[in-house]
Amino acid sequence: MKIIEVHDVSKSYGGVKANTDISIDVEKGGITGLIGPNGSGKTTLFNSIVGYHPIDKGSIRFEGNEISKLPVQQIARLGLLRTFQQTRIYGDMNCVQNMLISLPHRKMTLREALTTNTRADHERAEHLLDFVGLYEKRYLRSGSLSFGQQKLLEFAMALMNEPTVLLLDEPTAGINPTLINGLIERLKRANSEFGITLFIIEHNMRVIMNMADRIYCLAHGELLAAGTPEQIQGDQRVVDAYLGAH
Amino acid sequence: MAILRPVFYLALLALIIAAPFIFPDFRTQLATLWVFIILSMTWDMTGGQMGYNSLGNILFFGAGMYIAAVVTIALAYDVGEYTNAFGGGTYKFTTTQYFLGMGLGLVFAGLLSAAIAWLMGYLLFQFRGPYFAIGTLGAAIAAGELVSNWEWVGGGQGIALPVYPGDFDVGKLFFYYLFAATGVILFIFLRWLYGTRFAGAINAIRDDEEKAEAMGLHTLRYKQVTWAISAFFVGIVGGISGFQNIHFEPLETAFQTINLGIFMVVCVLLGGKGTLWGPIIGAILFHVIKEVTWNYLLGWQWVALGALIVITVVYFQDGLMGWLARVKPEWFGERVQKKPDLIAEPAE
Amino acid sequence: MDQIISNIGLLFEFPVVNLKILIDGIMIGALFALAAYGLALVWGVMNVKNLAQGDFVIAGGYVAWSLTNIGIHPFLGIPAAFIVMWGIGWITYKLVIKRVIERDLFTSLLATFGLAIMFAQIMNLMFGSDTQSIDLGYDTLHFGPGGFVDVPISKLIGVIVALSLAFGVIIFMKRSRMGQAIRATAQDARAARVLGIDTDKVYAFTFSLNSAICGAAGAIIVMAWVIQPFYGITYSIRAFVIVTAAGLGNLPGVIAAGLGIGAMEQYGAHIFGIGYQQAIAVLLLLIVLFFRLLQQRRKRQVLQ
Repeated sequence: MKIIEVHDVSKSYGGVKANTDISIDVEKGGITGLIGPNGSGKTTLFNSIVGYHPIDKGSIRFEGNEISKLPVQQIARLGLLRTFQQTRIYGDMNCVQNMLISLPHRKMTLREALTTNTRADHERAEHLLDFVGLYEKRYLRSGSLSFGQQKLLEFAMALMNEPTVLLLDEPTAGINPTLINGLIERLKRANSEFGITLFIIEHNMRVIMNMADRIYCLAHGELLAAGTPEQIQGDQRVVDAYLGAH
Repeated sequence: MAILRPVFYLALLALIIAAPFIFPDFRTQLATLWVFIILSMTWDMTGGQMGYNSLGNILFFGAGMYIAAVVTIALAYDVGEYTNAFGGGTYKFTTTQYFLGMGLGLVFAGLLSAAIAWLMGYLLFQFRGPYFAIGTLGAAIAAGELVSNWEWVGGGQGIALPVYPGDFDVGKLFFYYLFAATGVILFIFLRWLYGTRFAGAINAIRDDEEKAEAMGLHTLRYKQVTWAISAFFVGIVGGISGFQNIHFEPLETAFQTINLGIFMVVCVLLGGKGTLWGPIIGAILFHVIKEVTWNYLLGWQWVALGALIVITVVYFQDGLMGWLARVKPEWFGERVQKKPDLIAEPAE
Repeated sequence: MDQIISNIGLLFEFPVVNLKILIDGIMIGALFALAAYGLALVWGVMNVKNLAQGDFVIAGGYVAWSLTNIGIHPFLGIPAAFIVMWGIGWITYKLVIKRVIERDLFTSLLATFGLAIMFAQIMNLMFGSDTQSIDLGYDTLHFGPGGFVDVPISKLIGVIVALSLAFGVIIFMKRSRMGQAIRATAQDARAARVLGIDTDKVYAFTFSLNSAICGAAGAIIVMAWVIQPFYGITYSIRAFVIVTAAGLGNLPGVIAAGLGIGAMEQYGAHIFGIGYQQAIAVLLLLIVLFFRLLQQRRKRQVLQ
């Protein structure tokens, strides 16, 4: 079943066409990758989906409903969550507080929000912090963590939010290479254990080839190729795009 | 440590109850101190905890004052005639009418102020940053002007309420305890509220609203609710102040934008934004400084107040609590804590 | 209520009333626009939202008024106010503004609000709380049916001086090296610093220039209208309304919005009565904000 359907979407900034007639589907329950060289329009497409700017034409559907005109918070409340390329966490709070704030408020009534966090919430927060390897640092001010650790924290916060779909913008960028394998493992487990559909922008080819069921490749704002990792790897156009040849 | 906490609170409560007898000459000042404390705590709900700095919370103070007064009068007489006969006429209130009017008036003052905050918040909370602060400031100024043009509630002359039916000194005690009770209830309420998920959500709005939106928080609703709760207490305090002042008028007493309206902000900044105790400590500090120095400033009080705001904002914005958090981070729970061996398990 | 309806009726019954209101509004609107331009300058260049804007205007008015009292011609009061307020602006920058530029926006807003209180109170202590104005002793022009539309020559002169001042500032910003440095800093302060522009000097200059513009506007206002120590905040709110409506760095927009706000305020005063001046200014602010909100929502953005 398709959970996100991007159909014929175009977006330009002034005269620059960032996305042209892009159509992409994300399968429910799977891991979908989005690759492409710098400036190929990956983040623009992400921002169009999660509602950061209007699109010029086309349609974006989430679980069958049109979302291309909704603002960010309404889309987020449908269960479509994103992480940021430059991580965004609440830097003045400690990790546990960051996690507790990320409880899925969209599923709460005001009355439920006006209760204290339960023991189960705390345990879940600590469990997820353990899951991403930040357990020991859970009472440190999150702003004092390294960039890579903040990224892991943001990922844990996203899991805490119990999203239906999680859009990750370059999850391994800036992370210590020795930790990347662990992160791939955790992303896969998030997908298989928590049943979260993942849609990932990734620069690191090895990472995405290891995870995704299906990969889309953008170049110059247009959809260049789509297919399984094997197909993409064997696609001469993709190789050319990455090498800069035409 | 665990046993010290209830002891501390009990001692504090005893002090609050005994204060007007320990300082019998300062009963009115002590009552005013409670007004400062309550207004500071309510201001901090949006300003400190949520990052929305209102310059117009005094609007709810004035609104509460007028609402409580109008309700009290309306129970016994025609409001228009009563305010028209300002200073003249013979309008007597029985003790029952006085207290019934006050009770009902305060309930209405709180609820209607909250409703006003909810409605205004729907528009104002969709603006970030300067527009919110200026919008609220403008709203408070405009409210004062509108009310002073509204003859039915006495126009620029304001309203004269009946005097406390009973001994003058008992009246002073009565108002002190009324303010103190409101303040204690507010404190207990906030202590609970700041532990809920809701508080986490408004803190998230303060720290990074865009992230909070991206995480699916009902940001607008939470902001409205916070302001409405804050306005509820401000309205009640305004209502009580109306009865305490007996006579009040719109610009100098009710909608006193640059006096009380800005005092509460200074109190919170002095004590430390976004903490439970900061506003209280700040209010005490400010009130004491003000009472001690005010008379020696010979007409330059307001200039000094402006200077105090500027200096606090520029040099001491984190306030006392913020300063403490900087020099003693471990008091505020910042630490590395290893996983206890009992529940340790391999990470992978 | 009846009064309001009859006031509105008057507008339709005697169309010439509209003309009178419009002319009045446009004349005062030109001065609103001047103060708003200064605000847009400071806001755009150094991201400081100055709530003391209106108090600079009033202070400039008192400078001119004091000089007139010691026998100096009111017209000389305008350059005098410009110079004096330049100095006050510069001192304010060095003592306060300099330290809040890099901080969050509420810091600058509250610090300038503190300044606004100080200025208003100092003026109150120095000049008393009565309204003041300078009587130039000029005639009033009459035209329209029965000479109903009256335009005092003093106001006309005021508007002309205001426009020439605005024109002068524009030329300065376009042509001079300092003007170019200011515009460069507004676009990207860090890049400007890398290219060798002393941004601190630029900021000091910009803030002083703003203060001077406001001062001159005040000196014009006191010749044709009235000032009072506590009128400042209303001018500040008007300046915010205008900048919000027009956006930063949009001078024709600022002028148009200024004239429009002036006209709308006069209409408001005609319909609701003169006692609602501040309420009308605030209402206009809310209306402008509301329209900007709708506009931004279409772009899936928020107003900030």
